[in-house]
Amino acid sequence: MSVAFSEVGMKEFARLLSRYPDKEAVILPALYLAQRELGYVSDEAIVYIAQLLGTSPARIEGVATFYTMFNRKPVGKYHVQICRNISCSLLGAEHLIAHVSAKLGVKPGETTADGKFTLTKVECLGSCGTAPVMQVNDDYYENLTEASVDAILDKLP
Amino acid sequence: METVLTTHFSNERYRRLDTYRQLGGYEALKKALGMTPGQIIDEVKKANLRGRGGAGFPAGVKWGFLPKDLSRPRVLVINADEGEPGTFKDRLIMTRGPHLLIEGIVIASFALQAHACWIYIRGEFVREAKIVDEAVAEAYAAGLLGKNILGSGFDLDVTVHRGAGAYICGEETSLINSLEGKRGWPRLKPPFPASVGAFGLPTIVNNVETIADVPWIVTHGGERFAAIGCEKNGGTRLVGVSGAVNRPGVYELPANVNLKEVIYTYAGGIKDGRKLKAVIPGGSSTPVLRPHEIDVSYDIESMAKIGTMAGSGGVIVIPEGTCMVRALSVLMNFYAHESCGQCTPCREGTGWLKRIVGRIEEGKGRRGDVELILDLCDNMMGRTICPLSEAAVMPAQSFIWKFREEFDQHILEQKCPLGNTF
Repeated sequence: MSVAFSEVGMKEFARLLSRYPDKEAVILPALYLAQRELGYVSDEAIVYIAQLLGTSPARIEGVATFYTMFNRKPVGKYHVQICRNISCSLLGAEHLIAHVSAKLGVKPGETTADGKFTLTKVECLGSCGTAPVMQVNDDYYENLTEASVDAILDKLP
Repeated sequence: METVLTTHFSNERYRRLDTYRQLGGYEALKKALGMTPGQIIDEVKKANLRGRGGAGFPAGVKWGFLPKDLSRPRVLVINADEGEPGTFKDRLIMTRGPHLLIEGIVIASFALQAHACWIYIRGEFVREAKIVDEAVAEAYAAGLLGKNILGSGFDLDVTVHRGAGAYICGEETSLINSLEGKRGWPRLKPPFPASVGAFGLPTIVNNVETIADVPWIVTHGGERFAAIGCEKNGGTRLVGVSGAVNRPGVYELPANVNLKEVIYTYAGGIKDGRKLKAVIPGGSSTPVLRPHEIDVSYDIESMAKIGTMAGSGGVIVIPEGTCMVRALSVLMNFYAHESCGQCTPCREGTGWLKRIVGRIEEGKGRRGDVELILDLCDNMMGRTICPLSEAAVMPAQSFIWKFREEFDQHILEQKCPLGNTF
């Protein structure tokens, strides 16, 4: 199955190319673009970006798999990422992860059967002063308690 | 107390250009454009401004490393890959005062005679990157970026570039590789970035806070900035306090503030009336301190004297009742996850540390495991391209040196004596 950026995506890609002296610098932004437009970084997306940049799919894949934020497999509509690092752990992150895991009925790394939620344990999100913290898609939720996490997740359409 | 950065941070509108300018923003830039690049660098040197990303290298000296000839274009890269656990200060600058950063960028670029700047923001900070991007657009529209800035003839392009989830990219050569669209593998030095950096060009990489300090230094002079701190440590620091304190958060304090005061006065003391057990003073990589060691000045030299570091300004407070083996296990998981895999001692060593500390915590520790960890640490220290290996070793060694009995007890009793404490 072949994939391609939308018209808007192509415009964005062209703008990105103008911001760097070397077109390979666009690999990370292009992977983000692919993820946003196509849902995740599929094998097809990697081949497509490689063609756009005139490089090999291996070059793109080597970069894509180095970074944690490029999803090589589809994730749920909401990607719930809970920080497990030291400041969050000191304030109960492990209990929070166990709570969300039980609530959603999935282990960290898994997606709910309806495709709505993927739960992931992540390393430091850089918001230690408002621990415990989770990121759902692009948004941070801070100073979490089990009750506030329930309220946040229940409200997501 | 004098503040350099956070003076207007409680004003929600301060992130917008009009409010920033009404409150005196971009006046420092006007002043700087009337100075020579050399004069600006001299002020930064006089200011005793030390890099705020963790290493504490004098910013003015770093700037002086650029080759003298101007035949190759120069590049400024802003390290906004805030990822050291316990550190959350650059996020505050980017969300509350993005124009402070941009004004600092224009002044620094003018001083360095650089015409291109990339702001490398960690990937998770999607909202923060958007705020900075909007501020960059405002600055372009107002003639504060782009061609002929404020009629000075100086040109500068600034681009926000997002990372994608890799702690290692906070290391400057790794960040440069990542900016170039590669895996974030640190580079061997030399050549140093100042001679061969981003896109093969002479490059200076500075932390967000370091650059955000520059407008104030230009306005008020390096000497006044230096006077806020102590010898060799000019200005204020954004100190982030997290963990078990009553008022966690970022506090702007003189660079030589007392660490105990940070925890007990500013952060309101230990949560729930508990006692203090340990403090990780400058981000998760810095050697841990026991309660009797924290009555110390937070400046770089004083912290080094007691065998630790002020690092990136992230103070992590650990309360009594916390299992230190478990705390170390959390950290060792992190370093094993974040090792880039390039150097064997780090790739293998961080994995070993994670597994050995993990099995001790689970009650499966073997006699000799503690010695094995220390031996492993010796073989990881100073044997790799970048300091990530050392960043894992420093907590491992210091936790064992200072809380040895807890490790021994775990192994002897074949269980965690404190149970799951967090």
